[in-house]
Amino acid sequence: MDFSKLTIKTISGALSEREISAPELTKRFFKKIENIDKEINAFISTDLQNAFADAKSAQLLIDNAKGSILTGIPMAVKDNMCTDGIKTTCASHMLESFAPPYTSTAVSNLKQEGAVLLGKLNLDEFAMGSSTENSYIKKTKNPWDLDRVPGGSSGGSAAAVASGQVVFALGSDTGGSIRQPAAFCGVVGLKPTYGTVSRYGLVAFASSLDQIGPITKTVEDSAIVLNAISGKDPMDSTSVDSGIKDYAVGISDGVKGMKIGVPKEYLAEGVASGVRDNVKAAISEYEKMGAICEETSLELADYAIAAYYIISSAEASSNLARYDGIKYGYRSRDYKNLLELYKNTRSEGFGAEVKRRIMLGTYVLSSGYYDAYYKKALQVRTLIKNEFDNLFSKYDCILGPTAPTTAYKIGEMTDDPLEMYLGDVFTVSVNIAGLPAISIPCGLDGSGLPVGMQLIGKAFGEKTILRAAYAYEQEHPFATVPEVTA
Amino acid sequence: MKYEVVIGLEIHVELATKSKIFCGCTTEFGGDINTHCCPICTSMPGTLPVMNEKVVEYAAKAGLAMNCEVANFSKMDRKNYFYPDLPKAYQISQFDLPICKGGFVNIEINGETKNIGITRIHIEEDAGKLLHDQSDNGSLVDYNRCGVPLIEIVSEPDMRSPEEAKAYAEKVRSILQYVGVSDCKMQEGSLRADVNLSLRPISQKEFGTRTEMKNLNSFRSIFRAAESEIKRQSRVLDEGGIIIQETRRWDDDSGRSHSMRSKEEAHDYRYFPEPDLVPIELSDEIINEYRESLPELPYERFKRYTAKLGIPEYDAKLITASVKTADFFEDAVSAGANPKTASNWIMGDLMRLMKEVDTEDIPFEGSLLNALIELIEKGTISNNIAKTVFTDMFKTGRTPQDIVKDKGLEVLSDAGELEQVVDKIIDANPKSVDDYIRGKQKAIGFLMGQVMKETRGKANPQMINKMLREKLESLK
Repeated sequence: MDFSKLTIKTISGALSEREISAPELTKRFFKKIENIDKEINAFISTDLQNAFADAKSAQLLIDNAKGSILTGIPMAVKDNMCTDGIKTTCASHMLESFAPPYTSTAVSNLKQEGAVLLGKLNLDEFAMGSSTENSYIKKTKNPWDLDRVPGGSSGGSAAAVASGQVVFALGSDTGGSIRQPAAFCGVVGLKPTYGTVSRYGLVAFASSLDQIGPITKTVEDSAIVLNAISGKDPMDSTSVDSGIKDYAVGISDGVKGMKIGVPKEYLAEGVASGVRDNVKAAISEYEKMGAICEETSLELADYAIAAYYIISSAEASSNLARYDGIKYGYRSRDYKNLLELYKNTRSEGFGAEVKRRIMLGTYVLSSGYYDAYYKKALQVRTLIKNEFDNLFSKYDCILGPTAPTTAYKIGEMTDDPLEMYLGDVFTVSVNIAGLPAISIPCGLDGSGLPVGMQLIGKAFGEKTILRAAYAYEQEHPFATVPEVTA
Repeated sequence: MKYEVVIGLEIHVELATKSKIFCGCTTEFGGDINTHCCPICTSMPGTLPVMNEKVVEYAAKAGLAMNCEVANFSKMDRKNYFYPDLPKAYQISQFDLPICKGGFVNIEINGETKNIGITRIHIEEDAGKLLHDQSDNGSLVDYNRCGVPLIEIVSEPDMRSPEEAKAYAEKVRSILQYVGVSDCKMQEGSLRADVNLSLRPISQKEFGTRTEMKNLNSFRSIFRAAESEIKRQSRVLDEGGIIIQETRRWDDDSGRSHSMRSKEEAHDYRYFPEPDLVPIELSDEIINEYRESLPELPYERFKRYTAKLGIPEYDAKLITASVKTADFFEDAVSAGANPKTASNWIMGDLMRLMKEVDTEDIPFEGSLLNALIELIEKGTISNNIAKTVFTDMFKTGRTPQDIVKDKGLEVLSDAGELEQVVDKIIDANPKSVDDYIRGKQKAIGFLMGQVMKETRGKANPQMINKMLREKLESLK
């Protein structure tokens, strides 16, 4: 049996039926990684020693019938989530050798359930980017076409799941960083409502927008992983108890009578025809299943990108100020005084995109500019929230494409950061409003690349968007990625 | 002087919580370098602050004790700047929505009461400490202090002299100690003040340009720094110069201040709301609960001591200035001591001894002062002996009963024993006896002294006085 193509649910069944042991499963996944990751470059690091120890403990739990659905399941996480004693690089020169003495709450919750951590996955440096090309460590390839990017910033997570190197992965999403790579790689990516998953141990990019979420092969797997990682954490005061105990309950209830709004701005010019056609077909499919789809409008969508880049860069400029060469991480060898130590460390330790955002963020918070940029962006944020609130008084969820294009060629966009920022147009407003959204595959474009469809829910409306996504998935089982061979 | 002095103070006070503001580390002073810190204190990637609720409670109580309005809604902000003692490269503080606003405290100055306005009180975290002399190749950083909770109390520019500034700082400290939200230990740096000072021609309404002197850690240096800055600014103005708005560093050793940075060089702190913390929301109910839980404050005690206990105003003011002496007094009185007697002991021997060793701590309970007073009243020891017993109590913390017993200090009241001593002294001092007989009444004093000396101060003075008089009269 080729376990690399199976879901959490199926593999969990196989484990409890003793069709395979947890250590054997772990071994097979490492074999897969060894075989194909030199082509994909999804992993920054693997950790065989701890993985096999965890797999053995998982097997004990299974043997004693004390396991959960995640026990023994091989996974990996984006390398901006802290793992005790294991390097957490954020794909940055700055933290290339940094090993934290603690584990992030989300990862530790999965480990408690017995999931087996195989390693850490590539990303754009400090999660800033949409193609994973900003990684200092390596460039990850899209398993559908090795000349193309996997999306970003959780490109390693999406590519690893799509290519069957792990059963599921965790990503983080500040402006689309789970959903867009999930769309580019033809997998399922869920960004939960802000506060649903603890951010403790997630290296901060923009604190008021960051959220950890699952990247999986199926919608049901997404709910299963969310069950494990969600909940109030005393270590993160912005985390909340949503009151939802099981996100999978009611997932198969169908969409009959569900009201779905489709903002016309989401299918306007600038959206590639291959994307638009597939999303329109999906809308018809929903209508066929009994949902009520209606064209609506998100007038502020145009302002979302500007507000997003101001708020996220402002927070990033402050969050990343701690990388100063004093306490941990990279320190320049070349300095004669404190100011030079700071300047040289930060000039040498950060990549171009990170520096661009730090400068942008510092600028918009500076006295004299604060009101015109940062304060204005916060006002836009409130308006966008209100606009969504308004839509959710009429609709159960909002549907549109996840990204305006499918995966582009490596290097195609790197000279034009602004163009790349525009690729976030459908995803950023969701973070700004703190809402949940899921990206699921909805067909292939003319070049045979996966198209992603995004379903946005109201705050803590994860169960609604999971139900809608699941219903579509049952009618249109997702296309599987072409086999990658070494 | 041609100028009126205008002073405002920013006082930073460490709160007396057991753990730090954003993590569970201890706030205890000292400790080996970098032992009172964790990944949150050192701001490792991915760590998050979580507000210590005690900090909010203490800050609110401090504000209520200073007649402030406590906000139902306030929030934390980030103050961004780079320095090695600030591991996050931002300090979590409060910017536009502080927890307390608009209060006042009163001070006594030349017998008059004056209100000093409080603009605001906000919550913030302390930074670490640079160690410049521990390594040959550069400075080291100790993060033990990182995240120790502080409040900053900003006054209105209501003070008009260094005396008023000092009196205000002392009063703030006294109130905080009464409320129990801070130890205000100056020598550990748990109270530091910035002095903002400007001059203006008498009768001019507009304020002059001010300077700020940072990090003064004693009342004396607040006073001296203000005094010195008044002289400096007067000189500049007298010479037709202008005052530059700047931050100055006070050097207590040389008694001078130096310019640190001008307004142009001031940091742009790029304040913005702290996204890692939720806003601080306090209901009216909880604020009222805090208000009702406040203890009796210095002025209230002062009024009770003078009105109900008959303590002179001057004494009552000094006793209530520190919660420690006030509590000691209460303790003695509630154990049964006459308030006036207890007050006299505190004003005299206790304050002298505290001053001698420069301490604010009293090593024994007020009830023991009552025990000592009882020993005097019962005639077990004399007043003079009591003074030495008191000194012993202060040094050792032992009970007066133990000290009297161990050292055998009870008054000698055995008539037979005393008569022997008196006879011996009369025999040994024929000249003094002769003087007395010739009418020199004072000579009896010398003879009393001799008896006391012989009995090492233990003789019952009334008894020997009577005995001596009778015997001398019979010799006439």
